Amino acid sequence: MNLNKLFGLSRSVSLGRNVFAPRVAQKGDCLHHFQSRRFIRSSARSLTYAKDLFLGKVNKAEVFPFPEISKEELEELNQLVQPVEKFFNEDVDSKKIDHEAVIPPETLNGLKELGLFGIQVPEEYGGLGLSNTMYARLGEITSLDGAIAVTLAAHQAIGLKGILIAGNDSQKAKYLPRLATGEHIAAFCLTEPGSGSDAASIQTRATLTEDGKHFLLNGTKFWISNGGWADIMTVFARTEVVDKDSQKKDKITAFIVERAFGGVTSGKPEDKLGIRGSNTCEITFEDTKVPIENVIGEVGGGFKVAMNILNNGRFSMGSAGAGMIKRLIELTSEYASTRKQFNRSLSEFGMIQDKFATMALNAFVMESMAYLTAGMMDRPGVPDCSLEAAMVKVFSSEGSWICVSEALQVLGGLGFTKNYPYERYLRDCRILQIFEGTNEILRMYIALTGMQYAGKILTGKIKYMKKGNVGVVFEILGKKLKDSVVKTVDFGLTGKDGVVHPSLTTIVEEQLVLKKVADVLINLYAMTAVLSRTSRSVSIGLRNHDHEVLLTNTFCKDAHFKNNFLLTQLQKNSPENNDANIKKIAQEVIAKRAYVCSHPLDRTF
Amino acid sequence: MLPLRFRRVTMSARVLVGVKRVIDYAVKIRVKPDRTGVVTDGVKHSMNPFCEIAVEEAVKLKEKKLVKEVVAVSCGPQQVQETIRTALAMGADRGIHVEVSGKDYETLGPLQVSKIFAALAKKEQADLIILGKQAIDDDCNQTGQMTAALLDWPQGTFASEVTLEADKLKVVREIDGGLETIKIKLPAVVTADLRLNTPRYATLPNIMKAKKKKIVNVKPADLGVDVSSRLEVLKVDEPPQRQSGVKVETVHDLVEKLKEAGRI
Repeated sequence: MNLNKLFGLSRSVSLGRNVFAPRVAQKGDCLHHFQSRRFIRSSARSLTYAKDLFLGKVNKAEVFPFPEISKEELEELNQLVQPVEKFFNEDVDSKKIDHEAVIPPETLNGLKELGLFGIQVPEEYGGLGLSNTMYARLGEITSLDGAIAVTLAAHQAIGLKGILIAGNDSQKAKYLPRLATGEHIAAFCLTEPGSGSDAASIQTRATLTEDGKHFLLNGTKFWISNGGWADIMTVFARTEVVDKDSQKKDKITAFIVERAFGGVTSGKPEDKLGIRGSNTCEITFEDTKVPIENVIGEVGGGFKVAMNILNNGRFSMGSAGAGMIKRLIELTSEYASTRKQFNRSLSEFGMIQDKFATMALNAFVMESMAYLTAGMMDRPGVPDCSLEAAMVKVFSSEGSWICVSEALQVLGGLGFTKNYPYERYLRDCRILQIFEGTNEILRMYIALTGMQYAGKILTGKIKYMKKGNVGVVFEILGKKLKDSVVKTVDFGLTGKDGVVHPSLTTIVEEQLVLKKVADVLINLYAMTAVLSRTSRSVSIGLRNHDHEVLLTNTFCKDAHFKNNFLLTQLQKNSPENNDANIKKIAQEVIAKRAYVCSHPLDRTF
Repeated sequence: MLPLRFRRVTMSARVLVGVKRVIDYAVKIRVKPDRTGVVTDGVKHSMNPFCEIAVEEAVKLKEKKLVKEVVAVSCGPQQVQETIRTALAMGADRGIHVEVSGKDYETLGPLQVSKIFAALAKKEQADLIILGKQAIDDDCNQTGQMTAALLDWPQGTFASEVTLEADKLKVVREIDGGLETIKIKLPAVVTADLRLNTPRYATLPNIMKAKKKKIVNVKPADLGVDVSSRLEVLKVDEPPQRQSGVKVETVHDLVEKLKEAGRI
């Protein structure tokens, strides 16, 4: 064991003790091990909090202290929140919207007048010009009605975002003002019947006209939110591009398409399980003439634009989910405290208490993650928080689903009826794991982006490292503070001579491995978020910070053990790992296209 | 051509609207353990609903060009500025924050507030004062009436309809027996009842615009008002728990039970 390493470790541990308030430091073993020295300098300074976790490095400066907004901004935010809350409590009939599968025009007008259609559009274009943090805060309220939340998000978080982040000044001046007031509604058109998660495979085509002034758009888009009403659409299509080597290539380009250009037809609204008030339909483009001035960014640069747009909006799912769960907690605790069985109120029973703890913990983690990410994104410069936002989305979508189900369970049979909103929340929640990037894709993204980043850094490192020390780097991924000093953990990623194992090139295929890696990372980021938030609350003496400490300790302990198990499963030849069997089962079932086993009652004799 | 007097009144007519910061109507009120009051710490507060109606009425008058300026006034600690800002976002032109804090704020009641309003009305040369009929926290229903008395102005209380006719105000009042219509001369005090109007939402763009509107700080002493209270709250209790009723079989049993309870 390299002596330097030991000194380094003890130094970093004492550093850790100083950073955190005494109470929180008791859970020091939950914190990941700090790497003392980095052998290779990283590239230009951009936020790489999550990516560096893959190297076992915690960039404390990025996430501590928890992002704060100024007193004036907070007062302004509270002012803004009040009328929106009032509107949603008094003028939104969610039950009716769900039943009739349409948002009434009066409600839409109310939303437009409130200014909710241009939350992030800069003030000079007629919007509110609010930051990501404020957008997240308003998202807590709009999520009270799933259909409205999705309609607003489809309009501004993705529909007009392209123009906002990648459009030129004339495009912004032309389109943003009427989009901000809601006079025009926006939609984001990427998905096609044959291209969902595989967005790069879209077939919609845009061909340049002879005079070079227009593109003719042809193709069909599917699952488009606001598709039936949108006046302005951000459409992605394949265009023929001549690249540097004079080779003709098909690349994706982003266009601003107005329904007024002609050739745009919307199909009938889909009859969905949830978010029924949100309009979702097919859009067909037939020789739609799009002027070349309406290209967003560069011709051929559309895929990047699409990814930036999607990465930009994801984080708000955390606050939206938290807002919804907080409301559910209020409703269910009222019921649990008054309903009596066996002569005791439900709230006295352990299994019911468990549900409330689940809801409180999930809401706590979700909002901490969301606001940490939003705060990071609001920093000056153009920070790349796509990894963190993806983690927020995965955690929040799954957390919301679990919590809504538990809330329904508290009400038992009543929760199952349409007389109560729980079944609607449940149905509305299911989409969260599917849209804005399915959770499967996002887990792949999280794991692969991180590993690719780590791989680049580590490949360079390995050249300088002596034999035998490579094990230490991977040790850092292990969570046990004490053990990692003594034990080396073998993930089977390094072979002889400390060379990175060749199978890493095919890691893309190892989805079950990637899933575990992503889950570990998501847990780590979640732990970071709650620790950061609670540290601040304790330091400034925020009301009820004791409760926050309780929630943080509980969550971190749970996440810590879950991570340990996941990492154990990831070790080479781990007996805890069932992946090989899982794959085999799946292959056999799919080969047969049915359940494989003979019926238990069958005989052979 | 409007009579000169009327033109003088309306062209420069200034309306003072009082807005009170109270515990939000949807909050479950809890009594403090020491029984000196209710829990206000960390509890959601908002503008008194009747004050919202008052602001709405004033803004409507301005939109009809019947008055020139709407001034929102609130008495209390720093936090009441939020309430004034809401009034500004609804359309008031400027705000006045009368600073009263600590013990003085706890004992602030209609008598002191009406003295403050009377002083402000003179100072700002107001032609009309519109207040909510009562606040939902103390349910006093006194400030409007006291203010009118102190100023020796006519009052139109429990207004469910207000119309400006020449130099008079026609007020339809909600009274126990039905509706009463009166005509009062300006300057006057009006208190708003529930059905006067439906207050508008302070839209987010208006809230942002309201940031530029001015709120002026004033102390009661500057107005020559003594805010010390002549009332002392002895204790505050929750209403008694509702007891369950008893079912009886016959009228005879009912009479017996009532006799037992000493009710007859």
